Amino acid sequence: MPLLQNPFGVHERALQLRDMRSTMIAANMANSDTPNYKARDINFRDIMQSAGPAGTMTVTDNMHMDTSFGAAGGNVMYRIPTSPSLDGNTVEMDLEQNHYTDNALRTQATLTFLNSKIKGIKSALRGE
Amino acid sequence: MSFFDVLGISGSGMNAQMIRMNTVSSNLANVGVTASSEEEAYKAKRPVFRTVYDHANDSYRAGVTVDSIASNSKPNDKRYEPDNPMADENGFIYVSNVNSIEEMVDMTIASRAYQSNVEAINTAKRLVLQTLRLGQ
Repeated sequence: MPLLQNPFGVHERALQLRDMRSTMIAANMANSDTPNYKARDINFRDIMQSAGPAGTMTVTDNMHMDTSFGAAGGNVMYRIPTSPSLDGNTVEMDLEQNHYTDNALRTQATLTFLNSKIKGIKSALRGE
Repeated sequence: MSFFDVLGISGSGMNAQMIRMNTVSSNLANVGVTASSEEEAYKAKRPVFRTVYDHANDSYRAGVTVDSIASNSKPNDKRYEPDNPMADENGFIYVSNVNSIEEMVDMTIASRAYQSNVEAINTAKRLVLQTLRLGQ
């Protein structure tokens, strides 16, 4: 039964990524006036399409490089500013707010999907 | 759950902007304050922000802190007022170098940045609550 083997499908990973992306954009907004701070983001589609946690290498030693999301050398990218400022900061507040809202809405969509999955399983189990 | 991290990060942003608001109000309070020497005269203060990473290997959690408070290096205005009790031996008084227009602009930017951080916290809070209620 595929529904019960992997009930949440891609949504589980999507929620994790949305969660991390919101942290990243909040960090950009908090650093909107820090000199030389470079705004960062992830390419959501690329990370979703990549194998995910199974495709990353396991870290078993302090000398190993962490290749997972968020780690140095991971999937983090820098934004290209449309109007660079003199202090070397590349955060554009309106853009970040836009991305944050977008991310929040999509998180909400994922949560709605998860909720209806759970409701579906529940009613299937009850058999009412 | 890193939605909780948003609270810490945006909180650090709010704190930094609050310190900035405080320096703006000190500057505005000291507009036109005079002193008897260039060294004693009030210099406009401005915080310098710095990014704090949670730990070295983890680059996506980046809060902000106030690294230092810098003083404006613009020379203080010198006015010839020999009658002023604060005047030096040559009859000069030194006025604080606060530019109130710059301060008002800075205050507006600080309050907007503060608002964005509060908004980020509110949104994160709503999402956390929704996640907690999942399946109910």
